[in-house]
Amino acid sequence: MFAVDPLLAGHIGLAEVLIVLLKVVVTFGLLLVSVLFMIWFERKLHADMSNRLGPNRAGPFGILQTLADGIKFFFKEDLLPDRADKRVFILAPFLSLVPAFLVFSVIPIGGVFTEEKQGAVRLFGHETFLQLADPPIGVLLILACSSIAVYGVMLAGWSSGSKYPLLGSVRASAQMVSYEAALGLSVVAVVLLAGSLSTHDIVMSQAGDGFLGVVPHWNVIVTGVVPFVIFVIAGTAELNRPPFDLVEAEQELVGGFHTEYSSIRFALFFLAEFMNTVTMSAIIVTLFLGGPAGPTFFGPDWIWGPLWFVAKLFCFLFMFVWLRATLPRFRYDQLMDLGWKVLIPLSLGWMLLIATLNIARDEDWNPYLVGIGGLVAIFGAYAMLLGAMRTAQRRRAAADLEGSTP
Amino acid sequence: MGYLDGFKVTFNKLFKNTQTGRTVTVPYVKDSGPKRVKPDRIHGRHVLNRYEDGMEKCIGCELCAGVCPARCIYVRGADNPPDDPVSPGERYGFVYEINYLRCIHCDLCVEACPTEAITESKLFEFSFTNRQDAIYTKAELVVDDDGLPQQMPWEDWSDLDAVAAKSSAWVRATAPSGDADYVGVVAWSGELGFGVKPPELGQTAPDPAPEPEAEEPHDGRGGGHH
Repeated sequence: MFAVDPLLAGHIGLAEVLIVLLKVVVTFGLLLVSVLFMIWFERKLHADMSNRLGPNRAGPFGILQTLADGIKFFFKEDLLPDRADKRVFILAPFLSLVPAFLVFSVIPIGGVFTEEKQGAVRLFGHETFLQLADPPIGVLLILACSSIAVYGVMLAGWSSGSKYPLLGSVRASAQMVSYEAALGLSVVAVVLLAGSLSTHDIVMSQAGDGFLGVVPHWNVIVTGVVPFVIFVIAGTAELNRPPFDLVEAEQELVGGFHTEYSSIRFALFFLAEFMNTVTMSAIIVTLFLGGPAGPTFFGPDWIWGPLWFVAKLFCFLFMFVWLRATLPRFRYDQLMDLGWKVLIPLSLGWMLLIATLNIARDEDWNPYLVGIGGLVAIFGAYAMLLGAMRTAQRRRAAADLEGSTP
Repeated sequence: MGYLDGFKVTFNKLFKNTQTGRTVTVPYVKDSGPKRVKPDRIHGRHVLNRYEDGMEKCIGCELCAGVCPARCIYVRGADNPPDDPVSPGERYGFVYEINYLRCIHCDLCVEACPTEAITESKLFEFSFTNRQDAIYTKAELVVDDDGLPQQMPWEDWSDLDAVAAKSSAWVRATAPSGDADYVGVVAWSGELGFGVKPPELGQTAPDPAPEPEAEEPHDGRGGGHH
């Protein structure tokens, strides 16, 4: 049983189609504008954090800088390397861009999340959700799109017919595949609690007064913070943003996978990258921070949804820039260690814990006892994992000393 | 919380009124009307100097082209026409071209030049719109009859008066022409070029042409600096 967008329930006429088209245009425009803003915001904030001025030539505070850059990209020479695999080379930027667009369509950006309205808003006399689409597999769509985006990066590097892009794409595929596991496992915790894969239902499950009427009923608290932290870390790695930007490490790989790209093709990658940053922040807000749900104060109640959403989104955009301004890049083995030895075991254990607590709730077991027992089991298992890794390391070192490999 | 101290550092930079958050970048010169004072030794676009009588200093020796790490200079020398010499001496620079798409403004050509023919002005704001304009030929590089650089339409010479006084004819960092007197001394020449600047502290060298009567150890070896 899942909630269907009330607009699409029953008879579908011209008005309904027009409203959906309007939502398509608005979502598209909103995303593009937010990317324009994000690029400017990142450059300006990063400059502020390193005692610089940042863009200040185009428009007030340089706010039109992104527009100027975009126009410049259009007029630059479009290079197609001789050795490139032409078709794949041309296809790759779109493989990055299209998933980035698609993900945003399942993000609820507004709505009145109360008991009686269930997130719906009155638009031109029709009840509807303020999100482009609410498929029952919303979260799966997000994960699938982020997997397809890996192909864009991978194929771009492979088809360039050049060393550095290839190295970049090899790094990209390894990194994105390993962090996707942690990403998916931490989402499962949310899905288990919400009991649905639909983004709307997930937001709906987080609405309401929460504990003691003060602490919000957000998944970040309900799932016990750990999945949230894992999701943010894995999400940053998935975006290839610092400190996980080994894919395009300028000092080592020139430009990484997009070294051979120029002009509008490069702009598409650039656009996709920043669009992914915005959508990833939106996903975090949706899954863990209640999306557009929040208290309403005065005026029409539908206006508070988008406001809450933008406010929460902004915090994460700020966080991503802050991370970039502060942290140095990971070494490659550190990256893999963090992904495989810490994040994946931890998220797997936490998922099992939450599943156990779910069962405990259904079966009327004592939740505290089950929780403590689960935690003990997790830490015990992790201690065993650590011990196994230590032993393996010691044996390897001993074997190296003897000059032979076991 | 040692791991998170870095976040505090970057966050504190956001407060512009504190010492740590102070913006150190200077806005671009044109924001504040008069142009910002340029550093004395800034390397700008080159000029080819002439003597006071109008003769060109370039003798077409191609040393500048030889030393150029970016390979941006192209010189061809030719014999001076006897009835209408371009430079004093045997030969002159017949073709002289600098490609500013390649020039890195390292000033090695200025160091190499034996006659102080090529020097650098303080001009850095010249953005041409096609590749042909980027190649400056002798017609554009040679100073005019007043000893001032020629001004291309795309060059911003609005601070010519201010920088002329700072553009010395020549500053040499090392001993020229193997003259032992100049080891470790920054030699100085106040000869006519684009702008003349008095020597700075430590830049005054002994008289470059020692008397031949004394038996000095370097006598007979020092060649180029007469």
